[in-house]
Amino acid sequence: MIESKNKNETYLQAVLKKGYTRRDFMKFVTYMTAFMGFESTMIGQVAKALETKKRIPVIWEHFQECTGCSESFIRSDHPLAADLILDSISLDYTDTLMAAAGHNAEEAKQASMKENYGNYILVVEGAIPTKDDGVYCTIAGRTAVEILKESAKGAAAIITFGSCSAWGGIQAAYPNPTGSVPVDAIIKDKPIIRVPGCPPIGEVMTGVVVHYATFGTLPELDDMGRPKQFYGKRVHDSCYRRPYFDAGLFAETYDSEEAKKGYCLYKLGCRGPVTYNACGFMEWNNGVSYPIKSGYPCIGCSEKDFWDNGPFTERLENLPGFGIEATADKIGKIVVGAAVAGAAVHAVASNIAKRKELKTHEEKGILNEKHIKE
Amino acid sequence: MTTTTFNFKRVYVWELPVRMFHWITVFSTTILIITGFIIADPPAIQSNAEASNSYWFGLVRAIHFVTAYILIANLIFRIYWAFVGNQFANWRNFIPYTKKGIKNILYVLKVDIFLMPDKEHKLSNISIGHNYLAAFSYTIMTLFFILQTMTGLALIGDTSSWWLPKFFHFMVPLLGGDIVVRYVHHILTWLFMAFIVIHVYLVLYHDYVEARGEASAMISGFKFIRAERVDEKEEDIIEKAETQMWEGDKEE
Repeated sequence: MIESKNKNETYLQAVLKKGYTRRDFMKFVTYMTAFMGFESTMIGQVAKALETKKRIPVIWEHFQECTGCSESFIRSDHPLAADLILDSISLDYTDTLMAAAGHNAEEAKQASMKENYGNYILVVEGAIPTKDDGVYCTIAGRTAVEILKESAKGAAAIITFGSCSAWGGIQAAYPNPTGSVPVDAIIKDKPIIRVPGCPPIGEVMTGVVVHYATFGTLPELDDMGRPKQFYGKRVHDSCYRRPYFDAGLFAETYDSEEAKKGYCLYKLGCRGPVTYNACGFMEWNNGVSYPIKSGYPCIGCSEKDFWDNGPFTERLENLPGFGIEATADKIGKIVVGAAVAGAAVHAVASNIAKRKELKTHEEKGILNEKHIKE
Repeated sequence: MTTTTFNFKRVYVWELPVRMFHWITVFSTTILIITGFIIADPPAIQSNAEASNSYWFGLVRAIHFVTAYILIANLIFRIYWAFVGNQFANWRNFIPYTKKGIKNILYVLKVDIFLMPDKEHKLSNISIGHNYLAAFSYTIMTLFFILQTMTGLALIGDTSSWWLPKFFHFMVPLLGGDIVVRYVHHILTWLFMAFIVIHVYLVLYHDYVEARGEASAMISGFKFIRAERVDEKEEDIIEKAETQMWEGDKEE
C-alpha cells in the first residue's frame, strides 16, 4: 500500500490510476463542493486544486474504540470519497486497514511521519485512557497517550473522528473506569477539528481534507470546534418531520400509525432539537435514510457526553446525584410540594404563635364595628 | 367615643410603574410556565389533517418567545426604576449591605419565619416597603431569572437572526451542549414555581397577621402605616423622605 505510492502525484493522477474516469472525478468534486457548503461557482477552484496539488498524507490512529467510525467512513456515499483517503490521498498508517503488520507497520508510520513532518493530517479514532499510566490501551507495547503525543507532534492538524476522540465517548461515560479523555485534553498546541458522531458521517472527514487541500486552511469551526458547514444546524432544524413538530402532531409509540405517517418523534425522546449534525440533509448509506427517517428518534450521538444523558427514549434525562429514576420533574414536584406543605404548616403555626396579636386585632376591630356612626 | 384601634395613615408605597412591573411579571411568568411545560411535554393530538394545515405547537413556542422578550424588557425597565423610583423601589432595598438590613433579616427570620414572640414591639422593625429578607429573595430570583433568560436565548440563538440571542449562544459550549442548557432551563422553571408558592403565601401571611393591606397594596399602591410613624404635616413627610431616605426610621 505504502510502497506503491508516488509521493508527488496529485489527487487526479491518483484516482485516474485507480481506474476512475475524469467524469467520476468531476462528479465527486461537484458533490464535495456542495457538501462543503460552497456555491457551484467554486467547483472549478476545488477541481483545479485537486488536479494540481500534491496529496496530503494522513495518519490514522486508533485507540479506545469499536472501529465503527472506520466502518462508517469506508461506506461513504461516493466511492471516491473513501478511495480518495484510503487509496489515493494516502493513508500512510491505519492499524485496521493497512496491508503491513507488526514491525513493518510501525516502521512505515515512523518513516511517513518523519518524511511529512509538519504536513500530515492526523486522524484520531477512539478515546485515550489516562488512568494507571494509560495501561488500558496499548499498541505495540506503548500506551495510547504516548503514541498520540508522538503522532501529534508533526501533524499540521488533527481530526478527531467520532464521539470518542472528540468528547470521550462511551468509555468516558460515568463512571469512566479507565479515566478516558478526548484528544483535546492531551494535545493543546495543534488545531483540532471535532467530527463527533457515533459514528460520524464519513463525508465530513473527506470534506475537511478536501477543504484543506483546496484552500490550505482548515474549514470554519463553530464554538465547540466542529466544522460549521456540517454541524451548523440542529438535526431538528433540517428534519423532514419538522412540519409535524410545528403542527403539534406527535407519535406516542414507535409502531403506531402516526409514527409511520411521519409524525414528529419528539415525545419519544428525540434529541434532534439539541443535536448538531448533518444527518437531516446528508443522510446515511448513500442517502437512503437516517435514524429519524427510519422511525427511531435521534439519540444525540454527536453531542458531548450523550451516553450520560439517558434514557434515550424519554424527553427528560436523569438528574445526576438523585438516583436512576429521578427526573427533574419529579424533583420539581417534590420541591413545589414541599413549599406548599411548608406554607400550610406555617399557616397553622402562625395562627397559634400569633394568637395574641390576632385576638387583639379582632377584639378591637369588633369594638370599632359596634361603634360605627350612621 | 374614641376608637380603640391605633390610628393609621395611608402611605403611597408602590408607584404605578412598580405595580405595572409586578403584574406584567405575574402574567408573563404564568404564560411562560404554562407554554414552557407544553413545549417540554406536549399533549399528543392525533389528527387526520395535513401537518401543513396546522401550526398550534409553533404558535405555543412563538407565544413563549414573545412573552419572554416582554419579561426581559420588563426587568430592564425595573432595573432602571431602581435608580429613579421612590425610596421603596430603590436598589438599596434589595441588597442587605447595611447593619440595619442584616438586623432586619434576623428580625424577620425570628418573628415571621420561625414565629418567635416579638418582645421588643418596636415599630421600626416592621418594614414599610419590602422587608430586607423578602427584598433579598427578589434579588436572588432576579439572578435566576437572568440565568433563565441566558439559557433560553442560548437555545433559540442558533435559529434566530438577531444578535442578542446569538450572543448568548456562548452558554452552549460553556455548559457542554444544548441538552444541558435545556435541562438547566427546565429545572429553573420549578424553582420559580416554588418561589411563587412561598411568595404568595408570605404576602397572605403578612396581610393576615399585620392587617395593614399588604396584599391590596400591589393593586392600590397604598399601605396603612401607624400614624405615629408619619409626621403630621404633609410637607414634612416629603422633606423627610427626601433628606433621610436611607437613614432608617427615626421615631424612637
